[in-house]
Amino acid sequence: MEFKSINQLKSLLDENKISVKEIAQTYIKKIKEKKDLNIFIYFDENIIDDQVKEIEKLPNNKKLKGIPIAVKDLFCTKNMPTTAASKILENFNPTYESFVTQKLINEGSLFVGKTNLDEFAMGSATNTSYFGNTINPLSNHDIPLAPGGSSGGSAAAVAADLCLGSTGTDTGGSIRQPASFCGVVGIKPTYGLCSRWGIAAFASSLDQAGIFSKNVTDASILLEEIAGHDERDSTSSNVAIPNYSKQLNSDLNGKTIGIPKEYTVDGISDEINAVWDDAIKSLEKKGAKIKHISLPHTKYALPTYYIIAPAEASSNLARYDGVKYGFRAEEAKSLDEMYEMTRSEGFGKEVKRRILIGTYVLSAGYYDAYYLKAQKVRKLIANDFIETFKDCELILTPTAPSAAFPLNEKQDDPIKMYLNDVFTVPASLAGIPGISIPYGKNKSGLPLGIQLLGKHFNEQEIFNAAFALEKDYE
Amino acid sequence: MSNFVKGNKYEWEIVIGLEIHAQVKSNSKLFSNSSTAFGSNPNSQVSLVDAAMPGMLPVINSYCIEQAIKTGIGLKAKINNYSVFDRKNYFYADLPQGYQISQYKYPIVGEGKVSIDFKDGSSKDIRIVRLHLEQDAGKSLHDQNPTKTYVDLNRSGVALMEIVSEPDIRSADEAGLYINKIRSILMYLDTCDGNMQEGSLRADVNISVRKPGEDFGTRCEIKNLNSIKFIKQAINYEAKRQIEILEEGGTIQQNTLLFNTNSGKTKPMRSKEEAHDYRYFPDPDLLPLEIDQKIIDKLVKSIPELPDERKRKYAEEFNLSNYDASVLTADKSVSDYFDSVIKSDKALIDSAKIVANWITTELFSLLKEKNIEISNSPISSEYLGKLIKLIKENIISGKIAKDVLIEMFESKEEPQIIIEKKGLRQVSDTSEIENIVDEVLHENQKMVEQYLSGKDKLLGFFVGQCMKKSKGKANPKILNDILKLKLSKKN
Repeated sequence: MEFKSINQLKSLLDENKISVKEIAQTYIKKIKEKKDLNIFIYFDENIIDDQVKEIEKLPNNKKLKGIPIAVKDLFCTKNMPTTAASKILENFNPTYESFVTQKLINEGSLFVGKTNLDEFAMGSATNTSYFGNTINPLSNHDIPLAPGGSSGGSAAAVAADLCLGSTGTDTGGSIRQPASFCGVVGIKPTYGLCSRWGIAAFASSLDQAGIFSKNVTDASILLEEIAGHDERDSTSSNVAIPNYSKQLNSDLNGKTIGIPKEYTVDGISDEINAVWDDAIKSLEKKGAKIKHISLPHTKYALPTYYIIAPAEASSNLARYDGVKYGFRAEEAKSLDEMYEMTRSEGFGKEVKRRILIGTYVLSAGYYDAYYLKAQKVRKLIANDFIETFKDCELILTPTAPSAAFPLNEKQDDPIKMYLNDVFTVPASLAGIPGISIPYGKNKSGLPLGIQLLGKHFNEQEIFNAAFALEKDYE
Repeated sequence: MSNFVKGNKYEWEIVIGLEIHAQVKSNSKLFSNSSTAFGSNPNSQVSLVDAAMPGMLPVINSYCIEQAIKTGIGLKAKINNYSVFDRKNYFYADLPQGYQISQYKYPIVGEGKVSIDFKDGSSKDIRIVRLHLEQDAGKSLHDQNPTKTYVDLNRSGVALMEIVSEPDIRSADEAGLYINKIRSILMYLDTCDGNMQEGSLRADVNISVRKPGEDFGTRCEIKNLNSIKFIKQAINYEAKRQIEILEEGGTIQQNTLLFNTNSGKTKPMRSKEEAHDYRYFPDPDLLPLEIDQKIIDKLVKSIPELPDERKRKYAEEFNLSNYDASVLTADKSVSDYFDSVIKSDKALIDSAKIVANWITTELFSLLKEKNIEISNSPISSEYLGKLIKLIKENIISGKIAKDVLIEMFESKEEPQIIIEKKGLRQVSDTSEIENIVDEVLHENQKMVEQYLSGKDKLLGFFVGQCMKKSKGKANPKILNDILKLKLSKKN
């Protein structure tokens, strides 16, 4: 049995054609069948049963009553352990529920489990997880493919139909790129739209919670639930949250859509550019005006990102020291040794690499040349977008430079791996919202995504255009 | 006033700058809503934020910001409308985040100054470089278990103000006066409880020596001193140590030192190789702090009268010396008590100096003996006023008054009642005194003869005898007059 959308399942439930318990059983079965894909770090039927009992008591007007949701294991959850896919948080059981997951619980969501990710969200293939790779459900049998990352588990869970929606976080592309690889919708909202409270931090000035779903409507339904101001996060914005799903509108007449020339990059496959062209033509056909634009500082985005994000991470991850919670190396004979051993054994290679980079760029004598300069460039990149958005409502680009690649590829080449973020990172640095929707396939039948970027807090405009484009493949 | 100290070979000048860490008086911490109460059970005042649980975020406590601004105003300092919280990164067991949130490049308060007063009546300004807000760390308890260290996070996240002075201080005594003055201002403002024993006020001392007129020497920093006595000891020891090294031709290594209160010596805290690179950068969890001028203006209006203003008032209105006035105003509760005594009776305005003396000598010694704060004095300001008025009106002598004061301290009774009950009223009735004088002169005729033959000093003897006979109650002035008159008549 496959449910196509939140609204479909909700209607079945409202008409008593299915019970919350039956929904739970359906998804438990599916998850068990797809166990080999290693999508979940935590999955426990008992916890699901417990939730069912609670959810059944809720009135039917709860917007997400019984809707199966998977949660990226970076969100702290009270009833399930939270690991950030790291040994250092193995067996960590938060006593608190993140803002975003609490909002979903409040509306009656059924959490099916905690999904795999790159350790502390650092990666682009969900291959740095302490709990092993996640396999892209769209892989053919011979060559397992990466689901993208870091929210690879959450994207794969939707793609494998193990839930109707999932939460992700996006720091430099960690929602949009795996959405593209797995052929699902993924939205990273404006920085500050969703509270970061209760999400293990990677890079505070970039981290933003978002949503994976099967279609644009579901993404809009879920986003309007998890968005909102939170006094406990000083960077959370106090803006009114529109009723995105009710206001969905595929009419693009009068809209101007920018096509940035800097996103035509050498070495990008023709297939990607072909999909991009298709989308441009379709938008034009639907009444939008296409404008060729320039975002001149785009080429500095990747190096800027790989200074700022590790810098913040090196400090954010300092709290994992073995003193208070999580893993502690027991053989240490002094405090310094305890730190060294705990963090050497507790963190994986990629996390350690980024802590080293971050520590270096913040060091005395290097701070001005790296971190401070990167902050200045970040401003320029943000200004590029602000200027551009004076003349257009949206920007259309490819999401990722390739389709899903084989699991073992790029494992040993961090630079090649970092290039995956080339199209997603600029929006992250600017704090603007972006969505990736599946738009066509490559020769091997793998999905390719296109990305729509919008003005700060103008998620509605993004949803509308995505909604319009989505129809091309219905 | 020259502060130079003599070494074996040369004269030296000590140069001191202080970093005072003052705990902000606030019910909750700088970035969380946990309580700041002192002395609670370990780890009973720790929120998820204070323990740096994953995904927890700091939120600025606006009350602490107001307290810092008020302090800045009290230090006559520039309040910065724009300030930034930075992370100071280092590992320690009682630092749960692995960084301290502090202010580095853009502190909330800029340049200011405070003035200190010397006994000779002169004053000196000490310039303030800045005041910034930061979090306190927790506490590592090494003495609870032979093989383990325990961590208490109650203090973790408590708001501190770090007040940094220019190197304008030239002696241990000046350092003491400066800290007392800062403490006094903070307590007047009610922005810090000033309790050094509980660690609410601590200081790091930067110290170097130089030959007068030369450039500053290399400095050492003595960390975390929590009493004025130790600060002075540490300064004097460290200055001597540096002078000895320099006079023997050595050089001073810039270093961070700890002061051992048992041995009275300083010793290096860590070697140069271990020196921290704190990797300061703006905390991305917090936005820059922008303060509306209106808020500052409103706080300016809320500032109470500060010690310097009171001091000036005391000098002008009550004719007290600058130093007396500064002693009286140093502690707000003392000054409040003084004010309240003066206010209790208009007649006392002219006797301000006497009131001041009674408070700072007699009352202080009683309070100190019983370890009672003046704000809890068993003798109310009104009753002390009454007692002083009784002296002024010659109803009792100053000497009797001291006994009455002790009685008041114990019984909390009004002086009048004690005097009546014990019959201590001064005898000013001339005929009664005349009788006493006559009796004494009659009983001591030999002495009278000696007096008359030129032994003037015996007058005191007669006064003493008369006083004894009157049980101390005779008005000394009237007694003196009558005695002199009667003796002169015998001539």
